Amino acid sequence: MTNSIGELQDAKTIFVIGSNTTEAHPVISYYIKRAVKKGATLIVNDPRRIDLVNWASLHIRHRVGTDIAYLNGIINEIFAQGWEDKEFLKNNTENPDLIRESVKDYTPEKASQICGVPAKTIKKVAKILAKNGTASVCYTLGITEHICGTDNVKTIANLQMVLGNMGKYAGGVNPLRGQNNVQGACDMGALPNVYHCYQAVDNPQVVEKFEKAWGVKGLSNKPGYKMPTMLRKALDGGTKILYCVGDNTVQSEPNMAHTIKELEALEFFVACDIFPTITTPYAHVIFPDTAWGEEDGTFTNSERRVQRVRAALKAPGEARSHWWVMQELAKRLGYDLGFTSSEAVWEDLRKTATSYAGITFNRIEEVGLQWPCPTLEHPGTAFLHKGGNFARGKGLFFKTNYVQQAEPPDKEYPLILSTGRRLWHYHTATQTRNSIGLENIFPEELLEISEDDAKKLGIKSGDLVKASSRRGEITLKAWVTRRSAPGVCWCSFHFYEACGNALTIDAFDPVTETAEYKACAIKVEKVKDGDGLPEGKVEWRQARP
Amino acid sequence: MKITIDNRTFEAREGQTVLQIAKENDIYIPSLCYHRKTGQAGKCRACVVEIDGMRGLQTSCTVAVKDGMKVTTNTPKVRGAQKLVIDLMLSSGHHDCLSCEKNGNCELQDAAYFLGIEKASFQLAEEKPADISSEFIIRDKDKCIKCGRCIEGCNNTVVNEVLAFGDRSSETEVVCDNDLEMKDSTCVQCGECVQLCPVGALIDKKSVGTGRPWDLEKVNTTCPYCGVGCQLTLHVDRKHNKIVKVTGREVVPNDGMLCVKGRYGFEFPSSENRLKYPMIKKNGKHERVSWEEALDYTAKRIKEIVDRDGPDVFSAFGSGRITNENNYAIMKFTRAVVKTNNVDHCART
Repeated sequence: MTNSIGELQDAKTIFVIGSNTTEAHPVISYYIKRAVKKGATLIVNDPRRIDLVNWASLHIRHRVGTDIAYLNGIINEIFAQGWEDKEFLKNNTENPDLIRESVKDYTPEKASQICGVPAKTIKKVAKILAKNGTASVCYTLGITEHICGTDNVKTIANLQMVLGNMGKYAGGVNPLRGQNNVQGACDMGALPNVYHCYQAVDNPQVVEKFEKAWGVKGLSNKPGYKMPTMLRKALDGGTKILYCVGDNTVQSEPNMAHTIKELEALEFFVACDIFPTITTPYAHVIFPDTAWGEEDGTFTNSERRVQRVRAALKAPGEARSHWWVMQELAKRLGYDLGFTSSEAVWEDLRKTATSYAGITFNRIEEVGLQWPCPTLEHPGTAFLHKGGNFARGKGLFFKTNYVQQAEPPDKEYPLILSTGRRLWHYHTATQTRNSIGLENIFPEELLEISEDDAKKLGIKSGDLVKASSRRGEITLKAWVTRRSAPGVCWCSFHFYEACGNALTIDAFDPVTETAEYKACAIKVEKVKDGDGLPEGKVEWRQARP
Repeated sequence: MKITIDNRTFEAREGQTVLQIAKENDIYIPSLCYHRKTGQAGKCRACVVEIDGMRGLQTSCTVAVKDGMKVTTNTPKVRGAQKLVIDLMLSSGHHDCLSCEKNGNCELQDAAYFLGIEKASFQLAEEKPADISSEFIIRDKDKCIKCGRCIEGCNNTVVNEVLAFGDRSSETEVVCDNDLEMKDSTCVQCGECVQLCPVGALIDKKSVGTGRPWDLEKVNTTCPYCGVGCQLTLHVDRKHNKIVKVTGREVVPNDGMLCVKGRYGFEFPSSENRLKYPMIKKNGKHERVSWEEALDYTAKRIKEIVDRDGPDVFSAFGSGRITNENNYAIMKFTRAVVKTNNVDHCART
C-alpha cells in the first residue's frame, strides 16, 4: 500500500475494485465502513454483489476481466471534462501526453460495450472521483489475477496520477495484501530478481556488495525463474530439485492435475510444512516446521509495517524453525550462514538492508515501524511519494489496452468461474480447518451461481452439482445467490475435496506470471437434488447462505 | 490547563473529560459505559463525582475539564450514590461470579469490590436463558448492564451493524438484528462486542472454563491470517501448552478490532494433525527419521544433483506465511550456498 490502513477512515472517496474486503480483509473493511459513516462516498466495483456493497453509494458490476476498458473509460471522461489535476500532471509526471492520447479510444460509450457498464454510469463515477475530494483506491487479487494483471495495476496508477491522488493522505494506490507476510516475503528477497529490500541481482555493485558481506564468491547475476516457470521446467528437466517451504502447491496453483504432473516429474522434492497437505505426499523429504505461535520473528503487513511475532507455545515433536534447517543444511554443504536465533538472522539481514536498516527488535517491541526506515533514528514512513515526489523522480504513465480473458466462455463451457477466499477460511484451510468452530460455520465448499443461471439449469440451493472445465471437475453443493452475476460462478480453493483450482486455468500474466484465477470457462450440471441450505432468517446474511 | 482531583493537581487538555484525567492518573472512579473507543455514553451513572461550583453530582465521563476545576471523588455523598448505582445494577441481573468467565477481569466486579458491596440488596429480575446459538459468542442476558458499549462498537467501531437495543424501560435488552438468535443474524462473529463488554454478558464461548485470567500468560504477537497484520494478545495455558483465548491489542493497525479468524482461529498449532518429525520417502512410503538423517540425506541429494546439472536446476519456495527471518534464511541459502536466484514464493498465486 502506498498509504496506511488507518487513513482510510478519513478518506473522502473510496474506490474499491477487485477486493471482497469484508471477507478477505475484514479489519480494513471496518475502516472503510467507518469512513462511509462519516460521509465518504464508497464505490464498489466488482462483478459480484459482495457484502461491502451494502455500505456503498454505487455498485459497478463490470464484466469479469474488463477492468482496463472500464478504468480507461473513466480516465477518458476525466480528460473530456477537463477534470484532470493539471498541476500534478505538469509537475509530477513525466509523460502526461501519453495518457491523454492512450485513452482516446476509450470513450465511455466504447468502454461500455466492453465492460457492460452504462456510459452514463461511467461518467457518473468519473465525476465522483474528480469532484468528491481525494480518493483512495483499494484493490486486491480481482485486479492482479488476470493475464492482464500488470496492466490492470498500471491502469489504476494512471487513474490516480491523472486525479493527482498520489502522495496524499488518505489517497494512493492500495493493494491489500492477502497473506500475513507476503509483503515481508517480497521485502526479504524471496523473489528471483532481487535480494532483500529490492536490491537487483543483475546489478554488479549489488552482487559485489553481497559477495563481500556474505564472504562468498560466484553469486549468480542472472535473475532466477518465477514460481510457475520453476514448476513448468520440472517437465522438461530444467528444474530437478524443488525446496518448498510453507506452500501447499497442489491446492493453491491453478490447474491442479497439471501441478501434480510437475511435482511428480521432480528428481528431488523437499516439502517443509506444519501439516500434511495434498502436496506433501509427493515429497521425497518432509521437514516439520514450527507454526505461528511457536517462534520469534517478524511479519511485515500490507502497509509496510514490520511487527513482532512471538513464541508462546512449545513446538510439537521435533518441529524446528526454518532458519535452523537452513543453517544445518548450509553447514553440510560447507557454508556457515551464522544463524543462531531469529534475532541473529534479523541482525544479519539488517547489515545489508536499505529500507529495513533502521528497524531493530528493540524498536518494535510495542508497536511496529513502517519502511522505508533506513536509519536507527528514522521514524518510519506512513505514506509513500509524499507531495507527489515519486521514488523514481516523476510519475510515469503506461498505455494499457483491454485484453480478453485467456479462456472466454463458449458453447461447451458457457459460464465463467472466478475464485477467491471466504471469511471463514483461509487459503488451503490447513489452519482454519485445524481450529475449532470455523468449519461448523462453513463446513463445505459451495458453488455460487446466479438465480438466472440456476433457473436455466434447474438448480436450487443445496443441490449437488458438477462443475467442470477443460482441466478437471469438482462436485459440490450449489448456492443460488444474488452475489453472483448472471454468467459468473464463484468458489474458493479452501476445500481440497472441491477445490476451485481443479478447474482454474494455468494462463499467466506475461510480466508477473500470476495466473488468471479470476476467470476460466466452466460448465455446471446437476448431479442430484438436495435438501436446500441452512439459510439465515434475514434477507441477507454476510458471507454465507 | 490544570485541574484538581481529590486535592491533587493534574495537567489537562481542552476537550478531555474529568474521567479521562482520572484514568490517566490512576485515580479509580467506578465507570462502566465509557470506553475510549466507544466514547461518552452517560448511561450507567456509576462515575458520579462532586465538582466545586456545580450543583448535585456530576457524571465524570461527560463533564469537560475547565481550568482550575476542583473535583472530589471520595465524599460520603459520592460513595453513597456510586454504591446505589452498582447495587441496583447487581440487583437487576444475576451477577454470579463463582464460575463467570469474567471473574477477575470484570469492571462491575471491580466497582463492587472498590465500594465494598458483598451482595446485591434485592433480587429484581427473573432469569433469562442465555443465547448460546452462535459458534463463538455466548450472550448471557442476566449479566448485561445495558451500558451499550457492544452496540456502539458493533455499529460504529467495526460497523457490522448487527446489535441494537430492543424493547423499552426495564425490559430493554441487546438484540441481534430484528431480535434473532445470534446464529441466524447477520453477525460475522468478529468478537468486538465481547472485547468491549465490561461484564460477563458477552463471552468467548471456546474460552469458558479454560483458565482464570491470572493463570494465563499473555503474549503479544501479530495475527497469522491476512495482510492487515492485526496486533493481538494470546492468552496461553503454559501447563497444557495451549492458546485458550485471543484478544485484540488497542494499537495500530487494528486498535483492538479483529475478524472471526484472528480472534477464534487459534487452535491449529496444538492440532493433533501437525507434522512432528522429519520424514524420508522409502519404498514409496514416508518414514520417520532423525533430523540428522533427514538433513544429511537432503544435503547429499542437493549436492549430487547440483554438481551434476548446475545450480539452476535447484528452485526454492519461500512463503508469505512464514516470518521475515525464515524467508531471508531461505533466500540466503539459495543464493549464497546453492548459487542460483531461483527463489520465489506465493505472492503470484
